[in-house]
Amino acid sequence: MTPQTDALLRTRVLHALDDVTDPEIPVLTIADLGILRDVRVHNGVVDVTITPTYSGCPAMNMIALDIETALARAGIENFHVKTTLSPAWTTAWLSEAGRQKLLAYGIAPPQEGSGRGSLFGTVEVACPQCGSTDTSRLAEFGSTSCKALWRCNTCREPFDYFRCH
Amino acid sequence: MVTNTISVSETPQVLYALRRADDALILGHRLSECCGHAPTLEEDMALANIGLDLIGQARALYALAALREPSLEDGRANTEDTYAYLRDVGQYRNLLLCELPNGDFGRIIMRQFLYSAFIDPYWRAMMKSSDAQLAAIAEKAEKETAYHLRYTSEWVIRLGDGTPKSHDRMQAALEFLWSYTGEMFDTDEAEAMLQAEGMIIDASAIHDGWRTTVQTILDRATLTLPQSAWMQKGGRSGRHSEHLGFLLAEMQQLPRSEPGAVW
Ligand SMILES: [Zn+2]
Repeated sequence: MTPQTDALLRTRVLHALDDVTDPEIPVLTIADLGILRDVRVHNGVVDVTITPTYSGCPAMNMIALDIETALARAGIENFHVKTTLSPAWTTAWLSEAGRQKLLAYGIAPPQEGSGRGSLFGTVEVACPQCGSTDTSRLAEFGSTSCKALWRCNTCREPFDYFRCH
Repeated sequence: MVTNTISVSETPQVLYALRRADDALILGHRLSECCGHAPTLEEDMALANIGLDLIGQARALYALAALREPSLEDGRANTEDTYAYLRDVGQYRNLLLCELPNGDFGRIIMRQFLYSAFIDPYWRAMMKSSDAQLAAIAEKAEKETAYHLRYTSEWVIRLGDGTPKSHDRMQAALEFLWSYTGEMFDTDEAEAMLQAEGMIIDASAIHDGWRTTVQTILDRATLTLPQSAWMQKGGRSGRHSEHLGFLLAEMQQLPRSEPGAVW
């Protein structure tokens, strides 16, 4: 294997991983979400590194399986998927494309700096349906570890907010 | 029942990882018992999510213990699963606070608040550990425990400063739990060795900040800090309440009776 063939293989891997999405937010690829940390190819061996959003994220096992399936389907055989904890994932790693996809999907993207400290949800979150900022938090923990449940006081729709972290 | 209990070589590093892992697993398991029983659906999901975070943290710490434990005489090595499922009560190293039965929603919230107010600054300080793996676990865990602290602080205030009934229940929960909080700040010779190497921080250094956090929230909740200074201890050395045995019996039943069972 030459460095050129390794680089070519890496492009194929990245292309195959474009199809791997978060099972709980299927509009986001693992690259959008920032949990795909690294893809290295050396002498034809592929190392894919992912990091969990939350320690107990039940989707991690499934994501690792999906990565294996996607690579195998692309005809790539010699690979390892490993998980790393550090540096810890933060919502800042969510790509701009990912934030736009979330909004279009009806989930309010995270507001930076709203993760800790302030009691009783003083952060301002815009409704993904109508854009109103007259919203209120219904529950700190939503349908999955990464989301909180909010409601819009203008259009009355409840919505998920991707928790800042 | 099949007697397939493991033995553990408790070097200071292994003991340390097991203590922190056991706290997270046992408290996480207690929270999992609330699933389907919380007062509202939202709080049901919140408690389940906090439990999930804790069990995730426990897994990372058990994996670290397995990595650091010298292999056994017969060449076998312990794993996340053997630590969780194949140790007996006396081999568990968790805080007594974490194994106490749930009681009402107020007590569940108060227990989680008292623990989160300790463990969040604890993990934040541990991010500077000289041990890269412990620092990584701390960095991950701290983001989660910050949420747990915020969530439980809000509920302590809401219920403490709520109706006379909710206020009295929260004060009763506080009185019940108080004597179990001292154990969080204990250190011993094994931990002192790791402290000297900069691997871990001195838990007692967290005490004053914890006390300030607790006092601030209790003031807003119109609750009174108990005056009793006597503290119950024993979990760190394997001396547990009778409650842990029942918890383990439920948690370990399947792997104990069906050794080697997999999904
Ligand atoms: Zn709206």
